[in-house]
Amino acid sequence: MLEPITPVHFLLLSAALLLVGTIGVLTRRNIVVILMSIELILNAVNLNLVAFSRYFGEPSGQVFAIFVITMAAAETAVALGILIALFRNRQTVFADEIDLLKW
Amino acid sequence: MQLLDWIWLIPLFPLAGAVTMLLVGRRLDPQPKLSPVALAPELARELGRDTHHHSDPHTGQAHTHSGSRWRGLISWLCPGTVFLSLLLSVGAVLELAQKPHKVHEVVLYSWLAGFSFTTYAGQAARYVADLGFLLDPLSAVMILVVTFVGFVIHVYSIGYMGHETGYYRFFGYLNLFVFFMLMLVLANNYALLFVGWEGVGLCSYLLIGFYFHRKSASDAGNKAFIVNRIGDAAFICGLLLMFAVLGSVRFLDVQQALEHQEMETGFGILSLIALLLFIGATGKSAQVPLYVWLPDAMEGPTPVSALIHAATMVTAGVYMVARSSVLYSLTPVTSGLVATIGAFTAILAASIALVQTDIKRVLAYSTVSQLGYMFMAAGVGAYWVAIFHLYTHAFFKALLFLGAGSVIHALQGEQDIRKMGGLKDRIPVTYWTMVIASLAIAGIPGLAGFFSKDEILWQAYSSPWGSTALWAVGTVTALMTAFYMWRLMFLTFHGPSRVEPHVAAHIHESPRVMTIPLLILAAGSALGGWIGVPKAWHAFGDQFRLFEHWLEPVFETANLRLAMLGAVEHSVQEEWALMGLSVLVAIAGIALARYLYVVRPELPDRIRESSGPIYQVLRNKWYVDELYYFLFVDGLAKGGGRLLGRFDQAVIDGWVNGTAWFTRLTSAISGWWDFWVVDGAVRLLAFVVKVLSYPVRVLQTGYVQAYALAVVLGAAAALGYIFLR
Amino acid sequence: MWNALFFYLFALIALGGGVLVITRRNAVHSALWLVVSLLGVAGEFLLLGAEFLFAVQIILYIGGVVLLILFVIMLVNLDQAARMRQFNRQWAIAGLCALVVGAEIAYFVWRGGPQAFQLATPVSAGPGEGNVEQLADVLFSRYLLPFEIASLLLLVAVIGSVVMAKKRS
Repeated sequence: MLEPITPVHFLLLSAALLLVGTIGVLTRRNIVVILMSIELILNAVNLNLVAFSRYFGEPSGQVFAIFVITMAAAETAVALGILIALFRNRQTVFADEIDLLKW
Repeated sequence: MQLLDWIWLIPLFPLAGAVTMLLVGRRLDPQPKLSPVALAPELARELGRDTHHHSDPHTGQAHTHSGSRWRGLISWLCPGTVFLSLLLSVGAVLELAQKPHKVHEVVLYSWLAGFSFTTYAGQAARYVADLGFLLDPLSAVMILVVTFVGFVIHVYSIGYMGHETGYYRFFGYLNLFVFFMLMLVLANNYALLFVGWEGVGLCSYLLIGFYFHRKSASDAGNKAFIVNRIGDAAFICGLLLMFAVLGSVRFLDVQQALEHQEMETGFGILSLIALLLFIGATGKSAQVPLYVWLPDAMEGPTPVSALIHAATMVTAGVYMVARSSVLYSLTPVTSGLVATIGAFTAILAASIALVQTDIKRVLAYSTVSQLGYMFMAAGVGAYWVAIFHLYTHAFFKALLFLGAGSVIHALQGEQDIRKMGGLKDRIPVTYWTMVIASLAIAGIPGLAGFFSKDEILWQAYSSPWGSTALWAVGTVTALMTAFYMWRLMFLTFHGPSRVEPHVAAHIHESPRVMTIPLLILAAGSALGGWIGVPKAWHAFGDQFRLFEHWLEPVFETANLRLAMLGAVEHSVQEEWALMGLSVLVAIAGIALARYLYVVRPELPDRIRESSGPIYQVLRNKWYVDELYYFLFVDGLAKGGGRLLGRFDQAVIDGWVNGTAWFTRLTSAISGWWDFWVVDGAVRLLAFVVKVLSYPVRVLQTGYVQAYALAVVLGAAAALGYIFLR
Repeated sequence: MWNALFFYLFALIALGGGVLVITRRNAVHSALWLVVSLLGVAGEFLLLGAEFLFAVQIILYIGGVVLLILFVIMLVNLDQAARMRQFNRQWAIAGLCALVVGAEIAYFVWRGGPQAFQLATPVSAGPGEGNVEQLADVLFSRYLLPFEIASLLLLVAVIGSVVMAKKRS
């Protein structure tokens, strides 16, 4: 059980986090929760990157992870701005009530 | 310089007169505008009378325009031209008589200069005809008769038409007629003869319909022209066939071509030509079946009836047959038909004349009957006799018509003999001249009619082509002729006067300008026959047979052929017996007429009642007009018109409607095609796109999470692919 | 041994927090559980020797992003939303697909065996340099351009979000 931790463990954990995040994105109606699920996915990616960075001895992975975090912050800000604008117009925060691009 | 070279002038004098009337006649003789007031007296007379339009100079009726002083010029000019023609004719004939070979031809120029062709028999020929004039004994007789009688009638017309409107028009047409008639008899070929033939038909139409404002007159004119036309059509066929078979239509050429021909047995091509020409003659000379126009032609003024429908135009057919004696003597079948039709016409017309009550109608049927005699003579080969009767008939028939005109003039337009009677002392000159004419036509010996009619009956009996049957028909007709003629005379002139009182008061003899022609013609009727004395009268020398000898050269070939047939020997006694019989018949006819109309005048009515339908049939002219009307007008013309109308509706319009229907059909198909196939393809395309878009549309939910799901699905698929590989 | 233990601990925190994030009705609870999850991930970073990232994760992610989310939750009134249906209609299919993808990734990762994703010759940790210095070294030399672009990106994001959130005047 407590065998040495290999990259595989980290990758599996990353995959699991990805899975959870994906389920959250696809399943929840509340946009805020969707955004949080996206954060989970990004974290999974970060984990993946850092794991490889550690096991290949490359700092690039971590640098990439820094950028990911930066981008995540920027993206979250903009997304929330959109959410507020959307809430003002439609009075709703549920993704499935917004279907203006429906056929 | 002979007069004979100037014979082409003979027709031109009256032509000049006609042209002058055409160009300046209206100015010389101004016509009044017919106002209703002027028409009223005519209408009044219309209701009572049926044919004669004549204003009374004594009662001073509305149209008193005789004051035009230029009328006198017309009265001198028009008869004058005919007189000039008469003089020139006499001169030319005298010159001809001096010549040993009595034929003189003058050709002015080539009229029809046509193409070459080959005849039936293979000879080369040319389609030509000249403007040429031929003077030989036959045409000499004809021009003398036409100019002489024509002149006399022109003079009479000065008096008769003196108070009529259209004086210049009458003389113009009359002159034109004389021109065409002279062209007809002087022509040297059949084509030019036909020009004259047609021309006299035209003038006949114009003159019959002279009182054109009367419908019966214009209808009669139409009838004459149309019936004539039927005959003319056959004549043209005969003419063209003659071209095709003989190669020429010039008389002398035809005579030469046929001179040595064999007589035809049965009905050959020559018989056909002769038959076609004869059908033309039945139209022009009023024989069965085309005689129906002549009685109606009495709608024209009486001088017209005298000249055209007694003396000259109707004799053109007889002249034509005589001119073609070379042809007819070769064709026994056609000649037999000619004689039979002549005889049949004679007896048919005479039967109708027995019960007519219009003075001019009786004379019209009499003319038809006498023309039948002429054709009977021509049909049995006695051509000179036919011409002889033509000549004598011209005198006494013209005299009868002019006399009738005088009677009508005296009675101010009355033409019904039932309203006449007792006139003989009132109009003696008219009476006595008409007596002479009536005796002549009845066939009393010494007068002209006897010699010619008797000769016809003898020839009908004795000629190789004659028969007893023909003679019998001729004799019965002679009996009827004498009877109806003297019935006319007794009813018109004898007995108590049945004239209406207001008319009777004004009975007067005609002026001299009318009575002198009567006297001249009476002299001709009395003495004219003495140049054709029978051979049996040995007491009389040959100079009394001048007529036959004069015409001998013309009929030489024909006479020879008939002689070759082997004449049956007839004795002199037979001839005397027949002659005596015909005289008896004439006297019997006159006596019977006297008995029925003078001695016992109540008998005719009783006979009429007891005879029942016979009288009606005769009175209604054997219903021939009704038959023709039924067959040809109703049947052919109207029925044909209806048929063609239905054809037009059913076939022509049907075809048009059919094409329209077809067009609608094709356009409907085209429209269907366009809508369902062409547009259908387009719509199908749109439909397919639409249908294909349905599943695709489903994907476009506008729902972000669905798109995200799609991404995940895609990832799963991609990984799955790698996994499966 | 302790390595493994901590790994599993932090893994549990991260995953557990994640699961709880996506299942809570109340958005604030979700946000808070996100914090938990992020902490777990930060712990993993630490285990991997990425101290800087561990710090950055906590400061930026938890102290920035999640805080931002919480502020927005406050702006947007979600009380009523909490009472309504939370899961959409495609949850079954979506769950299935996600599971499939997860399974496939897991398979690909697993099949290599424990020795997968490792270098043949392990890399040593490096002499004396700390993680931060190492990162700084690389960040400001090799990755300077991306660094600058990232700051530009942040600027854009700032402007964008201000514009987006502005009320129409």
